[in-house]
Amino acid sequence: MRPTFINVGERTNVTGSARFRKLIVEGDYAAALDVARQQVEAGAQIIDVNMDEGLLDGVVAMRTFLNLIAAEPDIARVPVMIDSSKWEVIEAGLKCVQGKPIVNSISMKEGEAAFREQAIKCLRYGAAVVVMAFDEVGQADTAARKIEICTRAYRILVDEVGFPPEDVIFDPNIFAVATGIEEHDNYAVDFIEATRVIKATLPHAHVSGGVSNVSFSFRGNEPVRRAIHSVFLYHAIAAGMDMGIVNAGDLPVYDDIDPELREAVEDVILNRPQRTNVSNTERLVDMAPRYKGEKGAARVVDLSWREQPVSKRIEHALVHGITEFITADTEEARLAAERPLHVIEGPLMDGMNVVGDLFGSGKMFLPQVVKSARVMKQAVAWLEPFMEAEKAGQPRQQAGKILMATVKGDVHDIGKNIVGVVLQCNNYEVIDLGVMVPADRILDEAEKHGVDVIGLSGLITPSLDEMVFVAREMERRGFDVPLLIGGATTSRTHTAVKIEPAYRRGSTTYVVDASRAVGVVSGLLSPTEKAKNEQATRDEYVRIREQYARGQEVKARATLQQARANRWRPDAGQPLPPPPSFTGVRAFDAWDLKDLADHIDWTPFFASWELIGRYPQILEDEIVGDAARDLFRDARAMLKRIVDEKWFTAKGVVGFWPANARGDDVVVWADQARTTELARFHGLRQQIAKSNGKPNLCISDFVAEDGDDWLGAFAVTAGHGELEKAAEFKAAGDDYSAILATALADRLAEAFAERLHKEVRTTLWGHSPGEDLSVQELIEEKYQGIRPAPGYPAQPDHTEKATLFRLLNAGENAGMALTESFAMTPPASVSGLYFGHPGSHYFGVGKIDRDQVEDYAVRKGLSVEETERWLAPILNYDPAAIGRADAA
Amino acid sequence: MTRAERIKALKAAARERILVLDGSWGVMIQRRQLSEADFRGERFARHNHPQQGNNDLLILTRPDVIADLHDQYYAAGADISETNTFSSTRIGQADYGLEDAVYDLNFEGARIARETADRWTEKEPHKPRFVAGSIGPTNRTLSLSPDVNDPGYRAVTYDEVYDGYKEQARALHDGGVDLFLVETIFDTLNAKAAIKAILDLQDEGYEPLPLWISGTITDRSGRTLSGQTAEAFWNSVRHARPFAVGFNCALGADLMRPYVAELSRLADTLVAAFPNAGLPNAMGQYDEQPHETAHFIEEWAKSGLVNIVGGCCGTTPDHIACVAGQVTGVAPRAIPDRPVAMRLSGLEPFELVA
Repeated sequence: MRPTFINVGERTNVTGSARFRKLIVEGDYAAALDVARQQVEAGAQIIDVNMDEGLLDGVVAMRTFLNLIAAEPDIARVPVMIDSSKWEVIEAGLKCVQGKPIVNSISMKEGEAAFREQAIKCLRYGAAVVVMAFDEVGQADTAARKIEICTRAYRILVDEVGFPPEDVIFDPNIFAVATGIEEHDNYAVDFIEATRVIKATLPHAHVSGGVSNVSFSFRGNEPVRRAIHSVFLYHAIAAGMDMGIVNAGDLPVYDDIDPELREAVEDVILNRPQRTNVSNTERLVDMAPRYKGEKGAARVVDLSWREQPVSKRIEHALVHGITEFITADTEEARLAAERPLHVIEGPLMDGMNVVGDLFGSGKMFLPQVVKSARVMKQAVAWLEPFMEAEKAGQPRQQAGKILMATVKGDVHDIGKNIVGVVLQCNNYEVIDLGVMVPADRILDEAEKHGVDVIGLSGLITPSLDEMVFVAREMERRGFDVPLLIGGATTSRTHTAVKIEPAYRRGSTTYVVDASRAVGVVSGLLSPTEKAKNEQATRDEYVRIREQYARGQEVKARATLQQARANRWRPDAGQPLPPPPSFTGVRAFDAWDLKDLADHIDWTPFFASWELIGRYPQILEDEIVGDAARDLFRDARAMLKRIVDEKWFTAKGVVGFWPANARGDDVVVWADQARTTELARFHGLRQQIAKSNGKPNLCISDFVAEDGDDWLGAFAVTAGHGELEKAAEFKAAGDDYSAILATALADRLAEAFAERLHKEVRTTLWGHSPGEDLSVQELIEEKYQGIRPAPGYPAQPDHTEKATLFRLLNAGENAGMALTESFAMTPPASVSGLYFGHPGSHYFGVGKIDRDQVEDYAVRKGLSVEETERWLAPILNYDPAAIGRADAA
Repeated sequence: MTRAERIKALKAAARERILVLDGSWGVMIQRRQLSEADFRGERFARHNHPQQGNNDLLILTRPDVIADLHDQYYAAGADISETNTFSSTRIGQADYGLEDAVYDLNFEGARIARETADRWTEKEPHKPRFVAGSIGPTNRTLSLSPDVNDPGYRAVTYDEVYDGYKEQARALHDGGVDLFLVETIFDTLNAKAAIKAILDLQDEGYEPLPLWISGTITDRSGRTLSGQTAEAFWNSVRHARPFAVGFNCALGADLMRPYVAELSRLADTLVAAFPNAGLPNAMGQYDEQPHETAHFIEEWAKSGLVNIVGGCCGTTPDHIACVAGQVTGVAPRAIPDRPVAMRLSGLEPFELVA
């Protein structure tokens, strides 16, 4: 078995690195952290932290640096070696690390009692220890002394203190050789010999050492020092040394050292008999200047893959998403191929199959796959003119034809675009009709192209109904191709309960995320598996419908009257929010994008790419970390361009009015006289049966019925310019950047809403003038007041946006509009109401009953039927069933 | 039984069967809808801080409520009940101005649980009942800065946390607990301070008690709040040679499973888990029904993942009764032998085979 050897990075050691010492002494901890980070990136598996410098307060420096490291996940992921000759510095370090560190070092220098005491403390703090071969007499130099001291220490630790032997690391002292003093010539051999005996006689213990000491006499000649380190380690590791403090990634491979130099070094390290008339040391000293000029090879981008055959190069470019050479490589492949089509069907598809396999086995992630697609598109774009020139060109063989659309009234398409790209990567032809596509157009296009599958996407709840409508239309027009359902608002339950029953001729399948799309589609298009898969889905949906029906029966609900009687009431002691700084509306033409960029909540950004995890920890995630880091780098680069080049314009409008609650509604008054009604927001009240004195909430509860209370509202967008930019990228075959731009516009809009709310709380309304919260605390919504949006849990009715937009005059003031399903355009938009009461908080209305729907319909001036359609997702009953019962 | 006998009985029981811990205290106390006056009692009637919500205080002001909850959980089949002392450290009680009541809280909390447990043991000698001294995470964290602009800042020092835990552990010990349960660990450094405080009690002549260490994986990222993976967490606390290690809180049993399975593979000691009753709904309430929780836990038991199970937020005596019913007769997890290695950690684990 190959012996294992662990590098401990020494760059964060003030005694080992002059640069680090300077940074720490000058208090430049930010740069010092960079040193630690580079070291971990270069492969250090443990980092040694040493602050033993006369100018420093070691305790303070150790604590400061370790606390800072704790906040850097890319450094803190590895264990720390707390290195000091002073126990109080070590103990200060032990109080800062949540991981299990190594203490470097303790010894019997001060006698056995102190050694025992420190060992017990290390054990209780939870640390492994380095034990120096040092006793009351002094540091061990010969092999015999090293072995004697280490054996004695081992017995005390293991037999008396109860220290786990596997957590004991001996440092039998590496001393400089080739010093010109004859007694020093055997030092390396002594170390290697002691190592061999320790490993053989002291079970489970480890051996470590500070390697750079051995070459101390060659200071200033780094190439020779590195060669000495390499040769020394080669022999020490073979003897059992399993850890060392060395500069990670800086050592030449033993076999690569110039043979003459290697022989001379080896003679010194192993203290062999001299070969010539001069001593080994003199020979090496004479030879050394010749190697001094050798510079360490500069680190360059590894381009060795460019030397492979063209098909492999294409595969590499696809897997790694590299566009740099793809046109040239594609051209080379075309010249070698009989027909341009063969390049697609050959090397390009082979490469995409590799991508598909890696993705399928969880070794690649969505953003990487979308980048692969960008490479593929560029290659195909290069080939297209040649294929067109070939008059006899036959159509390319595709795995299937899939039509995709975001349904009428809905404008969101990030998820749909990702699914489209993934399918294209797997050799499906994708016909993407875009957003806001009416049912008849979807079905006309499907007929025209003879598609094999239709996929529908939607983000807002009214789209659910539209999908049911499309399904019904498919049934009516005699379609039988599989229907796929996806998007943030869709669910397996809704698909099973509402959509699937509407389309009996063909199958309906809910696709939970983009990573499932290929599996589902290939399962539905396989001549052998299709029937089986469709039947399995049907059976599953029958079960879900039954479960759903059972769930409907048991839930205890309150009547609307009971719910209203149990409304939320503010604490008597809580004052009403103060009057806002103005009433009426105020528009913002172009909010500073830089300011918005600083307020972005990144976690949902990663989620939109199906990378699940909290930012920033996700960047260090064991599985998706690489993908997340690459995506984040691309996103930051694009964000910088968005800001610098003003790709988007952030427009918004905010307004405040006198307001009072009237039942479950909030009336907005024209002025302080509070007599002329300007608008009325309708609320929906929770009807789930409550216990423990919990109220049945409605948004109107947060506004006072009497007295001087107020309501605010806002509509913001970061989407002016978004569609144009995305289209520009798409036209260039760069779907990755198109999706990235859209996703960033969404994030900027959310950041805008968060940022504006802060302005509202502290200034514009000013109910929390003294608020001082960090970006993270803002994201966690640790402030007073809420900004619920129509269509979301606290008021699930999207139609309320009409009132909101009218009141704000959002069209003129922010260039925003609503679709027939009340989706906002531009797509990257956010709107909502502001409630300032200290007791206001977010909640979900949940399911409501028919008594409330009837009441709400009267308040809204709509028919019950139409109200039921808008509120379909939250109805606690099946209107169709009631209709049937009435008719019977 | 003397405490030494009880500890022996606890270890013997753990070899024979899967042990059951009690469920949540918060939900059960909330259901009583106690008033500010209930919380204050006579002793704190004129204290200048509001006390409603200081659940631990009920130990001193409504001991009947606390004894009744222990009783309900033991009746539901729990082998172990936790003292109601989750926040009874000097740091946790500072918000209520009750730093000086900390000794009494822990001592009395242990005593009330002890009395109830002993009554049940007397009644059912074949199923002795045990008391775990609950030691919560405190509301301060040693590894994270509360100020994003100053990542090196800490709102509390290691020594303050250590002293607070030592005071708590001493009082729980004096009050008669059978084991310590350091739980809901979202920052491993806090837990390490608790471990050191508990181990250091030996220097004052305290008899060592079994130690149960229970971390919290906060979400599907599979990490603690302070960023450690399950394995890194285990490497950080293994030096305590705990009686049991595991996870609780934050997740329901379905989402917690992979991390429990991970520990089950890694830990050469008992593995314990007490999940929440699912994830909270939009209203912050837990909907998972007793049979649902029990169903997940039964699967853990049958897959040989666990030695001790119970419930955290949102679980009730009904949940515990269902869980106890489902794990009865299922063999406890066998403790694996692992190769000897030096196992360190940062946020991630590190291993060097010896």
